[in-house]
Amino acid sequence: MKIRMEKSTVVFNAIGYIIITILALLCLLPFLLIVSGSFTSEMEIIAEGFKLIPKKFSLDAYEAAFSNPKQILDGYKVTVLVTLIGTLFGLFLTSMAGFVLSRKDFKYRDKLSFFIYFTTLFSGGLIPWYIMMVKYLDMKDSYLALLLPGLLSAWNIILMKNFMKSIPESITESAKIDGAGEFTIYLKLILPLSTPGLATIGLFMALGYWNEWFLANLFITSGDKYPLQFLLYKILASAAVLKTSVAGNLSPDFQAPAETLKMAAAVIATGPIIFLYPFVQRFFVKGLTIGAVKG
Amino acid sequence: MKSFLQEMNRNKVLFLMIAPTLLFFIVFSYIPMVGVYYAFTRFSFDGGLFGSEFIGMKNFEFLFNSGVLWNLTKNTVLYNIAFILISNILQLLCAIFLSELPGKLFRKTTQSIMFLPFFVSFVLVGAFVFNLFNSDNGVVNTMLSQLGLPTYDFYVHTAPWKYIIVFFHVWKGLGYGTVIYLAAIMSISDEYHEAAKIDGANIFQRVRHIIMPMLVPTFILLILLSLGGILKGQFDLFYQVIGNNGLLYNSTDIIDTYVYRSLAVNFDIGMGTAAGLYQSFFGFVLIITVNYIIRKVRSDYALF
Repeated sequence: MKIRMEKSTVVFNAIGYIIITILALLCLLPFLLIVSGSFTSEMEIIAEGFKLIPKKFSLDAYEAAFSNPKQILDGYKVTVLVTLIGTLFGLFLTSMAGFVLSRKDFKYRDKLSFFIYFTTLFSGGLIPWYIMMVKYLDMKDSYLALLLPGLLSAWNIILMKNFMKSIPESITESAKIDGAGEFTIYLKLILPLSTPGLATIGLFMALGYWNEWFLANLFITSGDKYPLQFLLYKILASAAVLKTSVAGNLSPDFQAPAETLKMAAAVIATGPIIFLYPFVQRFFVKGLTIGAVKG
Repeated sequence: MKSFLQEMNRNKVLFLMIAPTLLFFIVFSYIPMVGVYYAFTRFSFDGGLFGSEFIGMKNFEFLFNSGVLWNLTKNTVLYNIAFILISNILQLLCAIFLSELPGKLFRKTTQSIMFLPFFVSFVLVGAFVFNLFNSDNGVVNTMLSQLGLPTYDFYVHTAPWKYIIVFFHVWKGLGYGTVIYLAAIMSISDEYHEAAKIDGANIFQRVRHIIMPMLVPTFILLILLSLGGILKGQFDLFYQVIGNNGLLYNSTDIIDTYVYRSLAVNFDIGMGTAAGLYQSFFGFVLIITVNYIIRKVRSDYALF
């Protein structure tokens, strides 16, 4: 064991620390800018623009945002409900499909796997899908339009199938000899053994639902059905000015928050993700390594 | 047919369990494939699928002759190549440093920070772009004016947006890709490093002669797989960064944004479907080709 470091190691470490630190700072910087922007007063933004460190700490934007919280609360309600229902229901369907396709004694598993996988290779494109949704399934301005498209993904099913393949076959076989039905085997035996896979895929799905804005952009027309991210998008685009009760009592030295309100909205819409991030990060790291196992 | 029915009867429950999934893909993936027929029509909403006037290849001819298709393809492909190369190289670099640098706390903290952008929505990326580049009070212009330099109106110049788009793409995927490369590095047996150290190899030599050669298959595989999707554009990124700013289309319009605009802005269903079909078809050809190549080189890594 050598205590003294070689010169090359010192050089390597120095370069490494510098590069990694710079990249990490670049990853963090936009977040800091948004947060500090949200705590700046509107006057300062108008006079001097956004900065990393505001001269004076101000809560105006948040006060304004929560003075009439209906829009934000509606957004949270839609997003939380869609995320919960979509993730639970999606996990149920994904795990059932994974279970069936992982069964070696199921004759059509290869054909059906390919039937599902093929949808990742070729698609009709956005427009035929959109017309299907609107004209034939009547999903314009329906919550189902936010829920259904994200319910299943071919990748998740393949991931689930691979995960369940690693569970010893003998478990299914012995349960069958004991007279257990297929659904019982799935529910009582395979599902509990698949919790790591379920957790990872569930988190990916939940993240997808939480960050979803495109479906709302295509299908949702009434404002009280906007999910959080789409509400944020509208606020940023200034198409929907966040309704506040501040506008009424303007004094000459008070500027109603508009720019800072956008930043506060960004913080409010992203907050839960950042808050939960430290707890869920390791599941994603694990999930990526499961995903590396090929179909 | 008889054997199928027998099988169906024998495995009733299994079929029932996968039935909702199959129905989902039939409704949301396979039936819309029929809709590529719109690409050959002058679409009318009332007419629907087969009530619209059939015009053959006219939509494709227009896209091709007007140069739109060429510009879209060029943008989509070039952006993707830039994304793939820069992302993979930086991710590889980060993974090598993170696997070798001493200091567990430093490694954990920086890795967590670099993974963070993966978790946020593209709308937030749009918020970043607004905060940084808007002409009235964006951070960049604030800094410029504090330094006494003239401010720069980002929304009328096309030049910077290429770099902004590439930056945010790399930014968002850095942590994710680093984790994948890190896993590949961790799977290299310690014996190689030990043996090399005994032989007096320094760290640069170990990176050059152990880590790099061991990672080359992963690197090439990931690049190849990404090349299979080179015609697929990242709509979220382009739309949130550029939005509907027509001034910037020439250098920032990709197939996906064009298709979206055909649907939501110009209501040109036939043309949009044609561009989408072009993308799907050649994307399909591309991925089959890539898979064929992988199958030849490393058959265990083939997709199917």
